[in-house]
Amino acid sequence: MTQQPPAAVPQSPASTDGDVPQQPAFSQPRPAAAKPPLPDETRPPATSRLHRIALGEPIQAEIHDAVLREDAVLEFDHFSLWYGSKQALFDVSFPVARGKVTALIGPSGCGKSTLLRSINRMNDLIDSVRYEGDIRLNGESILGRQVDVIELRKRMGMVFQKPNPFPMSIFENVVYPLRIDGIRNRRLLKEVCEQSLRGAALWDEVKDRLHESGLGLSGGQQQRLCIARAIAGAPEVLLLDEPCSALDPIATAKIEDLINELRGEYSIVIVTHNMQQASRVSDYTALMYLGRLLEYGPTSDIFTRPHLPETNDYITGRFG
Amino acid sequence: MSVPVAPPAETPATSRQPAYRRVFGGSYSLAAQGEPALWVCAAGLVVCLTMIVGLLALVLLQGSFTFWPLPLTELETRDGKRHLGEFTREETFTMGFAALATLEETEREAAERLLCPALRRYLQRLVENDRLEPAMQEAAKQAAGLLERALLEIPAVASATPAEQRRMRAELQSLWRERRSEYRRRLLDRLRESLERSDDALLELLRGIEAKYQSWLGQSDPSQVMASLRDDDATAFAVWSRPVLQLLAVDVRIPVRRRLLRIGNYELTNEHFRWIADYQIVPGSEHHPQWAAIFERIAWGRFYGIPKELWVGDERVAVGPQQTWLAFERHHPAVRKRWREIRHIEKHVIGEINRKMEAARLSLRRLELDLQRRLGRTDVRETPQFRHAQAEFDETEKRLNEAFRQAQQNIERLRAENAGFRLVVTTAEGDDHSLQLADIVRAYTANRLTRREKFSVYLSRWWEFLSEEPREANSEGGVFPAIWGTVAMTLLMSVVVVPFGVLAALYLREYARSGPAISILRIAINNLAGVPSIVFGVFGLGFFCYTVGGGVDALFFPERLPAPTFGTGGLLWASLTLALLTLPVVIVATEEALAAVPRSMREGSLACGATQWQTIRNIVLPRAMPGIMTGMILAMARGAGEVAPLMLVGAVKLAPELPIDGVFPYVHLERSFMHLGFHIYDLGFQSPNSEAAKPMVFTTTLLLIVLIGVMNFFAMWLRSRLTRRFAHGQF
Repeated sequence: MTQQPPAAVPQSPASTDGDVPQQPAFSQPRPAAAKPPLPDETRPPATSRLHRIALGEPIQAEIHDAVLREDAVLEFDHFSLWYGSKQALFDVSFPVARGKVTALIGPSGCGKSTLLRSINRMNDLIDSVRYEGDIRLNGESILGRQVDVIELRKRMGMVFQKPNPFPMSIFENVVYPLRIDGIRNRRLLKEVCEQSLRGAALWDEVKDRLHESGLGLSGGQQQRLCIARAIAGAPEVLLLDEPCSALDPIATAKIEDLINELRGEYSIVIVTHNMQQASRVSDYTALMYLGRLLEYGPTSDIFTRPHLPETNDYITGRFG
Repeated sequence: MSVPVAPPAETPATSRQPAYRRVFGGSYSLAAQGEPALWVCAAGLVVCLTMIVGLLALVLLQGSFTFWPLPLTELETRDGKRHLGEFTREETFTMGFAALATLEETEREAAERLLCPALRRYLQRLVENDRLEPAMQEAAKQAAGLLERALLEIPAVASATPAEQRRMRAELQSLWRERRSEYRRRLLDRLRESLERSDDALLELLRGIEAKYQSWLGQSDPSQVMASLRDDDATAFAVWSRPVLQLLAVDVRIPVRRRLLRIGNYELTNEHFRWIADYQIVPGSEHHPQWAAIFERIAWGRFYGIPKELWVGDERVAVGPQQTWLAFERHHPAVRKRWREIRHIEKHVIGEINRKMEAARLSLRRLELDLQRRLGRTDVRETPQFRHAQAEFDETEKRLNEAFRQAQQNIERLRAENAGFRLVVTTAEGDDHSLQLADIVRAYTANRLTRREKFSVYLSRWWEFLSEEPREANSEGGVFPAIWGTVAMTLLMSVVVVPFGVLAALYLREYARSGPAISILRIAINNLAGVPSIVFGVFGLGFFCYTVGGGVDALFFPERLPAPTFGTGGLLWASLTLALLTLPVVIVATEEALAAVPRSMREGSLACGATQWQTIRNIVLPRAMPGIMTGMILAMARGAGEVAPLMLVGAVKLAPELPIDGVFPYVHLERSFMHLGFHIYDLGFQSPNSEAAKPMVFTTTLLLIVLIGVMNFFAMWLRSRLTRRFAHGQF
């Protein structure tokens, strides 16, 4: 057994210590993962929105006019949500543009995914969830008691953080929404399968092994298979919940290309941690913080000329 | 191992001191070392494997040799009897001089010859160590007491007055005081001398002393008892020496082999087996007669003997072993064929007639009950409807009786044909015994068989075991009804328990909101698995058989009462009882399998717009199917091996009527049935011929294990098939 030279080990902790003063802001946005200290530790002007949010005060979200001019497919109207007694979303109101890609960004735990999962009411699966306000799809409320959740979900497609193909063949995976509707027409199923797989840019890779298990694909392929499944039912809205967080850069690039191609055809809401990704793929970007919407506007404006200094801090990596 | 310990690091002043620094080298705790744990785990595995492999090997070895034909041995014992049979097993016991007293004269001599060399070796060792004299002194001290007791047991002395007895004891004591040192020297000399010479010399000495001692004991005149001691020095010496020698030899024990000879011929000998120790056998008498044959019979067990003559009617068609055997082999198949024909008529033709008769009687009784209910009075036999039915019944009865008579005649005719065939067999003792050919199931001349023929006998016995009904209180014949019953019951049980268990688990895991009620339910289900199985049997008997079965009888089979139909133990109730018993296994396994289905898959399906049931059916169940099948396999193994509850709810010692057969309605859920597990119990503990049953216990156990293995294997095959179908070869 070889032993490490004894002197080497104890010296290491000293080199990367947190006491070093904070570097000035990077000129480019950098991934949120490089954790800076909490906002109130650094330089909190007493009037800062972040500070007020932390104190639980209501704040007015900054919504750019360009957004309001768009045709809205989805509208959040003073939407609040509680997990048991803990409130997760605070009075969120904003429209989502039809046929565009809208990105939800914000630090971990800010409620992005909760907001996304509210759109197809996946939160209903949790017993203790309770909400107020309204969400409207094409002007109709989706939260009422009379709304059929199953019907609602059929109008949405959803892709999750981790690829979750079903334990069946690739073909069956893709046509699963049709199977649920009871479609047995083989020709139709084949057509939809090909169309969806082409739509998800996976057709060429799997066309010869449609009847092999979907679990045998690579991670990126599995995620594109899930996207194919999500678009097989021709949804009105496509919900992507951090679709690339479990993928390598090449697979990520493929998914991003795919989102670019799907733009216009579907209204897409994408939750992402990766601000570069948000800037690359989205038309509009909403920044959330601790369950509140901070700023919402065209992506180019958010990333280059944000109205709020806090937004600038976040996208430049000064908090979050 | 020495690991250099890191010197305290020279940390720069600007850097913070860590609160804890990892320790390198020297002070590992034992638990941090992997090796002890590894050895303990490996030892645990080895112990487990040894037990499992040992059990299986025992069952396999014992079970698979049961049917191998053994050679026939004929021998003569020293009591002058001759035996013919198969040695089935042997064991070794230790024998000492004390055991000689219980033996017969001739056997004692042989046993003495065996013991003598051991005694000589023992004494020689004492001599070498200079221990003989002290040992003898010690023995002499105790011998006085023995001798006094022996004296009082002489019949002549025992009947004397107490005063007389006291006087004699006193005289005896004074006599020994006088002579004991001389006798000791003399005994020592004689022993030393004979030890140096040979075993025979020692034996001679012992026999001389014993003979004198015995003749002294046998005296009838009380006055002579003491007189012979006083006057006859040789007798006195023998009487003194005998207990001393007895005490000296008390530690001399030799191992003796004894073998269990299956002698059969129960109607002549009243025993099936006899232990024969080696010294009992007349030397050189043991041999394997060429024409000795084994006859396996329908009743009375096996018969061993040498074929002598074959009679057909009044004509003797063969004489002498060879001729007779050839004639036997020629005639036996035809006779057996007729015998099987008789069985067929008895079982099917007469069975059919009986069934029809019973059906007619039941329909008449049903009509009577029906009329009673409709007319509201009990006396309905005079009504025209009943009279009409009665007339019809009489007609049917007459017809059936005629058919029955014909069948009976057929049987009589065949019996008469068979009766003429008789085989005269000479037993080892030389007696002639006549056997009906029809009663002989299988016969072979064991010592003439080639290896191939032996194997064919072996296979034929296995086939009989698997395909025939038992005979001779289950210790001979086959276990086919038990196999059939076990399989039918296990399958029925699985069919009941799996759907219910899976549905219950689905509700618990997929639909029910978790809360205290569900937790209590879950604990209750788990505890159900710990309830002793006999309790389930009691419950099954009380609830299923008597309550439910009684209700079913009252509702659907009133005409058969008071004879119960479903109101007693039967296949259905046994299956339901075992289903209840194995329910927790299925529920727990299924719940675990369901819990192992990732949440992301459920969400993916729900997000596609599937309802919860669609999600369960398309995603959750296929994914959980291997686990569910595992639960089913466990339940089947548990259920197939269970015996205790079955004793109460329907398993019986002998049930020739199968629970599933070719008679409408094919599945007879109300019938009691045979079960391999119960069969094992019955063979092992209820058999009158336990020695013959013992190998069958192992063979039946082997069969049960194989059967459970086959069923499990089938279930595993089904599991992999289902898994492939649902999941396309992923798992």
